[in-house]
Amino acid sequence: MSVDALLVQFLNGLAGASTLFLLAVGLSLIFGVTRIVNFAHGSFYMLGIYIAYSLTARIGGSVLGFWGSVVLAALAVGLLGVIVECLLLRRIYRAPELFQLLATFALVLIARDAALAIWGPEDLLGPRAPGLKGAVEILGRQFPQYDLALIFIGPAVLGALWWMLTRTRFGVLIRAATEDREMVGALGVNQAWLFTAVFGLGTLLAGLGGALQGPREPANLGLDLMGIGDAFVVVVVGGMGSIPGAFLAALIIAEIKALCIAIGTVHVFGFDFSFSKLTLVVEFLVMAVVLIWKPLGLLGKPSAASRNSSAVEAPLAPPDKAAKIFGYAVLVLLLLLPVVGQMFPYAVVLMIDILVAVLFAASLHFIMGPGGMHSFGHAAYFGLGAYGAGLLMKQFSMPMEAALGLGPLLAAAGALLFGWFCVRLSGVYLAMLTLAFAQIVWSIAFQWDEVTGGSNGIIGLWPAEWLNQKAAYYYLTLALTVGGVLFLWRVLLAPFGYALRAGRDSPLRADAIGINVFNYQWMAFVLAGTVCGVAGSLFAFSKGTIAPDVIHVGRSIDGLVMVLLGGVQTLAGPVVGAALFTWLQDAVAREFQYWRAALGVAILLLVMVFPLGVAGSVKRLLRRREVAA
Amino acid sequence: MLKLKDIHAYYGQAHILADVSLEVNAGEVVVLLGRNGAGKSTTMKSIIGLVKPAKGEVTFQGARIEQMAPYKIARLGLGYVPEERRIFTELTVLENLEVGRQAPRAGVPTWDWDKIARLFPNLGEMPQRPGGRMSGGEQQMLTIARTLMGNPACILLDEPSEGVAPVIVDQMAAAILELKSQGVAILLSEQNLHFAAEVADRAYIIEKGRIRFSGTMAELEADAEAQQQYLAV
Repeated sequence: MSVDALLVQFLNGLAGASTLFLLAVGLSLIFGVTRIVNFAHGSFYMLGIYIAYSLTARIGGSVLGFWGSVVLAALAVGLLGVIVECLLLRRIYRAPELFQLLATFALVLIARDAALAIWGPEDLLGPRAPGLKGAVEILGRQFPQYDLALIFIGPAVLGALWWMLTRTRFGVLIRAATEDREMVGALGVNQAWLFTAVFGLGTLLAGLGGALQGPREPANLGLDLMGIGDAFVVVVVGGMGSIPGAFLAALIIAEIKALCIAIGTVHVFGFDFSFSKLTLVVEFLVMAVVLIWKPLGLLGKPSAASRNSSAVEAPLAPPDKAAKIFGYAVLVLLLLLPVVGQMFPYAVVLMIDILVAVLFAASLHFIMGPGGMHSFGHAAYFGLGAYGAGLLMKQFSMPMEAALGLGPLLAAAGALLFGWFCVRLSGVYLAMLTLAFAQIVWSIAFQWDEVTGGSNGIIGLWPAEWLNQKAAYYYLTLALTVGGVLFLWRVLLAPFGYALRAGRDSPLRADAIGINVFNYQWMAFVLAGTVCGVAGSLFAFSKGTIAPDVIHVGRSIDGLVMVLLGGVQTLAGPVVGAALFTWLQDAVAREFQYWRAALGVAILLLVMVFPLGVAGSVKRLLRRREVAA
Repeated sequence: MLKLKDIHAYYGQAHILADVSLEVNAGEVVVLLGRNGAGKSTTMKSIIGLVKPAKGEVTFQGARIEQMAPYKIARLGLGYVPEERRIFTELTVLENLEVGRQAPRAGVPTWDWDKIARLFPNLGEMPQRPGGRMSGGEQQMLTIARTLMGNPACILLDEPSEGVAPVIVDQMAAAILELKSQGVAILLSEQNLHFAAEVADRAYIIEKGRIRFSGTMAELEADAEAQQQYLAV
């Protein structure tokens, strides 16, 4: 590789670093002060690129018009952020962290459909910047002028933020609130105003990042999740709340990416290894390495323990008699479904989907609720189970029954490996590391064409003869799901579950009375991963086809939504949530083009009305009635 | 100036304060004495609004404040100095003071950097020192100075003598008397009777969340039984 090629890639990396930094810095700022993990940050970025597209189409012909559009788009997104903060977030600052996450995720859905309604489904490439359309020659190679400008814009924004944070009262208050917002309030500062301003500034920066990206990348509806993924990685690698950290992380990730492209394919020990293929996953590899080495990111500081601690979770109650009777009744109905359902064959198909979702959600709840480990990458184990079964059948020509039985072992192996790293961390960092592992699994499935079939996936995964009838497969799914869920519940109500919950509520004290918290959490991770793998294997044979999207981050998020929707503090929560979510998605998606927005609005309402989740709120209602009686 | 009437406070199910009533008059230094866990800090927090009292009234300069947000209470001129100090470790001394700064208030002393540096000469020598790189005593001075920048008419001072060197304790006592001489009312919580006797005009003793004794400092010093029953360890 020549020096000039390397230099050009280095400059490419610098331009990429600016983009990443602008995308991520607002998220870090917002988290630092408000402790809100704003899942909608990528959506604000996406809206920035769309709004800038519309503005430049009208006034972007001149230099002034173009840069004016960029600034206006950023301001518009910032204003939108202020509105969202005042109308929504302000009501949920005291809610549990996961609920805030769910609410911001609802915003993602709404923003996505709003963009679809306004700008349509096609990719829209904005005009190039007037005056910067050409390229400059660097060591005989062409380098776009606009990218050269970006290289300077990133550090300029960093400098401006730095000046604001250290030289203005507003900046000093932001830094103080990042450390101890309650104390800032006790000193006479109106936190509500401070939070609104910070949220507005953070979203403005996301909008600016999007608007500046316009000439380089077409506006499209996938930018929200892609954006939030990248932003999270940068923020976590840099250390949450640290602005120089975000810049450093953006620089490292972008340069390593550029380096991978520069190296290209190399020949090692007779194998061709393509480094450029790594670009899809390199940021997640960097994140995994950084988090294992520095659990708080490069420049992260341990945050003061959250002082507005939400109420301590009540112990899990074993189901009482009424609940058991209700459970048996549901089971009888489920057993009768294929008989009754002959008139509606679709009911059985939908029910299989629901049962698979229930098992998926219950296994996630196992580590998230009682385990206290918030996994953002649970789809990894679902996908490993599905691919495990698929590969055993296709590559090793196993019979379907054996593939179904052994497929989940791949998920177990994955959970054993990933869990060992993940349980060392906690909170958002743990969540991000689980996400990183899921993305790595996804990219392997996506790129290893010879084995996994790449983006086409594996086709022709049909159940054995005796399971060919939908009703037969339904009974198999029902048996495995009910068995799996009951098994997880049994474990949670056994001493293993007590130890797990003790480790969640007070790791130090649990350690001090002789519970090896690490081992318990690790084993819980493996158990959950294995059960999730069963769901994945069932899924593979129910569809006949699997593709990398079974591991996609969207599925992990679906799982989170199911658990939170049902209520994380109850055993029945994930079951109710998964059934409700799958049914809603199915029912609304077929009837209504903007089902995502509808789902988002429904989630927002649920968050406002049922802060404990559906099952949790029903339970509390019943208990209240009992007390009143 | 400040008046608590029948305050009840809970942490979850635990009843921390029961029927707490006390009063601080203008220009007065009042001490709230009690052992660890008696409810001193919770009393302070229910005044500034960090703990919302379940029942009872808190009045400050004629205004009812028990349901107000902490920042509103602070803006009325009621300053709070937390026991754990809670200074901003990443911020310099000057920046810490900036966070506490409020507009001047009529009828009460106004504070600026020069005046702070005179009250706490140690701080005056380290304007650019980050809060995290200061000794415990210096941090204690900083947390008081930060609250003074809000130009309070009354200060809640939660255990300023805890965990600092004896020479610093003496400086704290001098500072409290200086503040009193400028007309700032102070509600002080303490375990240290000798320290309290140096600075306070009146005393309350709290035990298991209830006020058990109320009187002048002289009365308390004469009451060996109350001292033995509620304060001896």
